[in-house]
Amino acid sequence: MSHAATPETAGQSRTVRGRSLWQDAWRRFFANRAAVASLVILLLVLLFALFGQHLAQWNNEEIDWAMLGNISEVGGPSLENGHYFGVDDTGRDLFARTVQGTRVSLAVGIVGALISVVVGTAWGAVAGYVGGRTDTVMMRIVDLMMSIPYMFVLILLLVVFNRSIVMLFVGVGLISWLDMARIARGQTLSIKNKEFVEAAIATGVSTPRIITRHIVPNLLGIVIVYATLLVPSMIIFESFISFLGLGVQEPSTSWGALINGGADNLRNGTPWMLGFPLAFFIVSLFAFFFIGDGLRDALDPKDR
Amino acid sequence: MTSFILKRLAIAVPTILLLIVFSFLLMNAAPGSPFATERGVPPEVLANLEAKYGLDKSLFDRMGIYIWNVVTQFDFGPSFKFKDRTVNDLIAQGFPVTLTYGTWSFVVAVLVGGTLGILAAVFHNSWLDYLAVGVSIGAQVLPNFVMAPILVLIFTLWLGWLPGGGWQGGQWQYLVMPVIALSTSYMASIARITRSSMLEVLNAGFIRTARAKGLPMRRVVLRHALKPALLPVISYLGPAFVGMITGSVLIDVFFSTGGIGQFFVNSALARDYSVIMGITILIGTLTVLFNLLVDVVYAWIDPKIRY
Repeated sequence: MSHAATPETAGQSRTVRGRSLWQDAWRRFFANRAAVASLVILLLVLLFALFGQHLAQWNNEEIDWAMLGNISEVGGPSLENGHYFGVDDTGRDLFARTVQGTRVSLAVGIVGALISVVVGTAWGAVAGYVGGRTDTVMMRIVDLMMSIPYMFVLILLLVVFNRSIVMLFVGVGLISWLDMARIARGQTLSIKNKEFVEAAIATGVSTPRIITRHIVPNLLGIVIVYATLLVPSMIIFESFISFLGLGVQEPSTSWGALINGGADNLRNGTPWMLGFPLAFFIVSLFAFFFIGDGLRDALDPKDR
Repeated sequence: MTSFILKRLAIAVPTILLLIVFSFLLMNAAPGSPFATERGVPPEVLANLEAKYGLDKSLFDRMGIYIWNVVTQFDFGPSFKFKDRTVNDLIAQGFPVTLTYGTWSFVVAVLVGGTLGILAAVFHNSWLDYLAVGVSIGAQVLPNFVMAPILVLIFTLWLGWLPGGGWQGGQWQYLVMPVIALSTSYMASIARITRSSMLEVLNAGFIRTARAKGLPMRRVVLRHALKPALLPVISYLGPAFVGMITGSVLIDVFFSTGGIGQFFVNSALARDYSVIMGITILIGTLTVLFNLLVDVVYAWIDPKIRY
């Protein structure tokens, strides 16, 4: 992993080009087979979510009346009648439902991660860089919010302001940034006394500009790693609420709601209702964790 | 030490009060009256009902009375939906159940996870280590709502060994699946944390010294390495507690165990605000107190922490 080019290659190309930190990270990431395989799997899931409905023979709200009343025998996965994943207990096509659920779940995960990146990084960077009393107050707020069992408060919010996907996003947004703020603050503390920051202060750069131009770019590596690991935990979070029937509402759905539907019908002989959503859930979460691990190995200098 | 505990209490008490005020205001922001029915209630009846439940007073007064009752008598008021029962009745009925399998899950997660982590670190790169790492990676994607249906599928529907739900006064058959479903992912996290911190400690100088003077491995691990290795685990116990108490809601609903989680979800679906609030405050208080306990234990064990 040496940065100096060997004499031979230097002779051949004349201009020696240095490799940036990001190029190094890129190379390390693509050398990690589990992470690359996970990336491919995740891209497939994403394509499934985006274009799956064009493959489906049925609409996600359409009821196949021919199936009703005898779902455990004829409702299973079949290529002939176009229900690739079978039908659910009300005769709706499970393939189309899974496409829809995948969309909602991925959206929740990605929105949660994005909010955490924006709010958490800003919060942590400001608290860490400014320090003093500001730091104490800002981090005390984070501690306070973390010590509350947020799931209960979120359910309270969902009950009071009606259950809706928007409220779910708000709830996810309210909690997702807390961990990120702590991580960003810790990292800020370790870089704020470095020479380049000192140089910036000495040349008279303003504090907001130091934070945006010098601190935040140096947090990005660690922020990306934790954002990737946050996506699955946000998906688990949403699925938990939807499993209880307090999250997304019919006719909308998510992995959690679909798994719940499968679990409720375990005794009715429709194992595919549990199997397909569960497979999507588990495979995607695994992929996210492996990508996160790969990114950590590639970007986090601590673990090298 | 006393001043440290007092300082933490000085943070804990306002947190709990804030939670009470927040839930109270939120409940009042909710649209609609709890007594509204489709047919409508005659105005005089409504006035009587409001007087009975104290809803005719001003918001501020009601909040004062509510907080006073909660703080001084642990009285969360009447349930709006279960006509003749108070929130306290519901909690008294459900809480022992939740506490029973919750405690079991916590103990299982800590003991099994901790043991697995220690063994994995001591026998680093052995099959045991790979097993522990494999289990802890696998269990990351097996949260309670995934474990529960899988367990029922295997042990109730295929093997027929265990009942698929119910409580029956907490007989062991009814405890097994809730405890496994609730503890698996935390057990995995504890195993992972213990393993990595144990590995770090085992590479430290004082462990090399202990081994160099000829102590047997068992003694090195138990007497010298265990205590410092468990510190990160202790700080994880707070989040684990929150996670499990949240997970208990799902266990109650899925296995019909009759704990407070079942009342919580039913009330959430029926908009029975006083029950939701009462349970939220109870859980919040327990969480804050547990975190306080974890902090104190941590400060007590780790000599590096000044208080």
